[in-house]
Amino acid sequence: MTDRLRSSPFMHGPQRTDRVMQWLILATLPGLAAQTVFFGWGNLINVFWCATLAVVAEAAVLWLRKRPLAFYLGDWSAVVTGWLLGLSLPPLVPWWTSLVAVIAAIVLAKQLYGGLGFNPFNPAMVGYALVLVSFPVAMTTNWPTPDSFLQHPLSLPQTLHQIFGNRQSATGAGVDAITMATPLDVYKHQIGRHLSQTILENPVFGHFVAYGWEWVNGGFLLGGLFLLYRRIISWHIPAGLLGALILLGAAIGWDPDRSIPLSLHLLAGGTMLGAFFIATDPVTAASSHTGKLVYGAGIGILLYVIRAYGTYPDAVAFAVLLMNFAAPLIDYYTRPRAYGHKAPKRGMGPGN
Amino acid sequence: MQLPGRFPGGIHPPAHKERSTQQPIRQLPLPEALILPLRQHIGSLAVPCVAVGDHVLKGQCIATVNGRSGVPIHAPTSGRIDALFDHPVPHPSGLSEPCIRLVPDGRDCWTDCQGFEDYRSLTTFQLLERLHDAGIAGLGGAGFPTANKLRTGVESTIHTLILNGAECEPYISADDMLMRERAKAVADGADILAFITRPQRVLIAIEDDKPEAIAAMHAVCSERDIQVVTLPARYPSGGERQLIQLLTGREVPSGGRPADIGVICQNVATAAAVERAIRHGEPLISRIVTITGDRVANPGNVEVLLGTPFSHLLKHTGLSGQADRLICGGPLMGFTLPSTDIPVIKTSACLIAASEAELPTPPPARACIRCGYCADACPASLLPQQLFWFANAGEWDKAEAFNLFDCIECGACAYVCPSHIPLVQHYRHAKGEIRALRQEKTKADQARQRFEAHQERMQREQEEQEARRRARAEALAQRSTAAQIATDDKAAKAAAVRAAVERQQKRTATDEATVKRKQLANAEERLKELKSTLAEVDADSDPRRHTRLLDSIARQEARIASLRAAVESPSTDAERHD
Ligand code: SF4
Ligand code: SF4
Repeated sequence: MTDRLRSSPFMHGPQRTDRVMQWLILATLPGLAAQTVFFGWGNLINVFWCATLAVVAEAAVLWLRKRPLAFYLGDWSAVVTGWLLGLSLPPLVPWWTSLVAVIAAIVLAKQLYGGLGFNPFNPAMVGYALVLVSFPVAMTTNWPTPDSFLQHPLSLPQTLHQIFGNRQSATGAGVDAITMATPLDVYKHQIGRHLSQTILENPVFGHFVAYGWEWVNGGFLLGGLFLLYRRIISWHIPAGLLGALILLGAAIGWDPDRSIPLSLHLLAGGTMLGAFFIATDPVTAASSHTGKLVYGAGIGILLYVIRAYGTYPDAVAFAVLLMNFAAPLIDYYTRPRAYGHKAPKRGMGPGN
Repeated sequence: MQLPGRFPGGIHPPAHKERSTQQPIRQLPLPEALILPLRQHIGSLAVPCVAVGDHVLKGQCIATVNGRSGVPIHAPTSGRIDALFDHPVPHPSGLSEPCIRLVPDGRDCWTDCQGFEDYRSLTTFQLLERLHDAGIAGLGGAGFPTANKLRTGVESTIHTLILNGAECEPYISADDMLMRERAKAVADGADILAFITRPQRVLIAIEDDKPEAIAAMHAVCSERDIQVVTLPARYPSGGERQLIQLLTGREVPSGGRPADIGVICQNVATAAAVERAIRHGEPLISRIVTITGDRVANPGNVEVLLGTPFSHLLKHTGLSGQADRLICGGPLMGFTLPSTDIPVIKTSACLIAASEAELPTPPPARACIRCGYCADACPASLLPQQLFWFANAGEWDKAEAFNLFDCIECGACAYVCPSHIPLVQHYRHAKGEIRALRQEKTKADQARQRFEAHQERMQREQEEQEARRRARAEALAQRSTAAQIATDDKAAKAAAVRAAVERQQKRTATDEATVKRKQLANAEERLKELKSTLAEVDADSDPRRHTRLLDSIARQEARIASLRAAVESPSTDAERHD
């Protein structure tokens, strides 16, 4: 009787790791829908492409490591990693760029460390950062022009061709016509020379904050709130991240003629996707509630600093990876006070 | 009442209590045999005070304890002591332990019980003695002897006595039914407990999913000084430490006892047992057990004699099909029973005969994704994921530094873990290992201390010997120095030499004399023996032996004469005057 070896509890709650992952994917759908509506088929193709690659890569490594495939693939974590990459990468990025990103994510960042739960760095962001550093051109020039700006938006086959085929001949129009700089990029590069008002005349900013992007961020925010509601993620990391970003934006970047306005910070880049779906990757985040707040705030601060003073237009990946480094340290200093103890045991003392 | 405190975490598992609360508490016919384990909780074994074959009466003490580490055991019914044997006991290990088997005679005939309606005339000490002698132990949790627990309260100042009727664990409804049907006994018991511990206030805590019990308790407590407190249902609000936190806003210090912060907690069923023991003089011989689960045809609560095999319970409540899983206690903190011939003991509150669908075998554990759900559920504010990590890696010191021993093993963390990691199992294992190591260390320390003490003694002895030797040598040296001075005078030296030779001779003589005297004594003894033997031996029937004896006597007499001569020699005289 195997029961003899089991101890209590014999009852289990409804939560399951694979379900958690599936909910996560489900919650990205509003954001993904907005991406598709405003920027074409690129993201949709990419999420499937990346997720498939991720599963294949994971399966290959598991096979090499002689692990049962079905059991480990069944946790859906590889799908999530691929999916998040597909949402983050520039929609028209060539297929080999995403290939490199996915393989780096799954093989380097995850499996080489021992697989799910053992990786110190967010796999998707390792992949993202790697291709951003290695292929800066591919990673910055493949943001599509919003569909409504084009006379003939790319059809699904055309987009597929753009991503997988010979890029020059994908459409009648040149590549320049179908891609353009992101709002954050535009603002950042013009702010030294122009006033805010002039910059905002650029159609990428649309009528509200940033054409299309505001909806995409709104979509991810909605999905994130759904995850909070389902208690799949806790509020601490998003709150810390957005809180820090808002504080810094208000304190330092209040003058739109000198720096990127807060509204753009929040709604023009990968902020919401980062805050609710990427920074919240539990494996690589801090553990306790306070720790998560600190960890989220750290990402928010880095995000702001890199966007404002760095050379990269967006910075979710770097901010997250840097805080991954800091997570163990944060854990040392934010342990909760256990029942019946006067003070929490913290710091690097014995037992750490 | 607005609760003054709250505890973090906790879970809301489905309660499944309704099916066992549909009928009143039932009584069962006597089983064929009762099996009474001699150890019913942590502590030493009780010692039987009856022999196999003895006839005992209901309520008669059949096993006693030395000191206070346990409580005595009483016969739950009248009958014959059938055997003292090893039998599987209800314990997570599933091991066998010494038990007494009692075969009921069917008459259920009580021994003489002396109750005290007027218990207030007794001293606290007398009441505690009575509770101890009545075998009262906690019926809610680990079965800790009630008198011992109360004694900690008597020794410190208690401001709050809490009666725990929370019964937060799913499936179990024994306390609920007890409060519904025997509210007065519970309240009377509470009065006795309050009389012993003298608190400023008495609270009865009940979760809000038991409205009938709350109403019943309200009805009997309204004219007494007992307050009924309703708790929002959340597991583990009935955990002693969590309950104290809820009701007082204070925490029992880590490693301490509730009495340290002026609180005593007792289960409501224990209170009812206290009432029976003091007012009616009846020892603890039965308890209410919830029998439930998908496989039980007629679930409910039954009052059972201690020692009743679970099979007897199931026979009377009916088993529909084969139980896939038998759990003693609740589904969150209980343990599985390997078979049904295991008896009910003081701590057995519930038996669940579950189907696989109801309490399924968990799927294989996945990796910990550090989601932190466990930490969110932990009522002790621990970091279960870290504890798991350290326990799994065998890093005991780190596990301890992360407060492993503050874990109450409530299972909330494992309940929510999406990766189905058997966290509590890991913690139990780690605790066991650490305890074993500690014990080993204590033993090793003791051995080391003993060894060191031994070494020290040896060294001291050696040093003392050395000191003595040195002292002798010095004395000798002094003497020889004195002699040296005298050497100028040759005669003096010669005299000294002569003196030394004489001393030597004298010593030799002394030794010889002593030996001779001993030999002489022996010889005389031997002679006496020979003579007495000679007197017995008949010269006619055994002439040869007779002759031999006469020979020996003659030789012996000659020897004695020579020895006597030696002993009385002049050198001996010299020695005598020395
Ligand atoms: S709930 Fe389970 S998977 Fe999540 S952190 Fe805790 S142990 Fe790990
Ligand atoms: S079993 Fe221990 S670690 Fe888990 S929730 Fe309960 S007290 Fe916390």
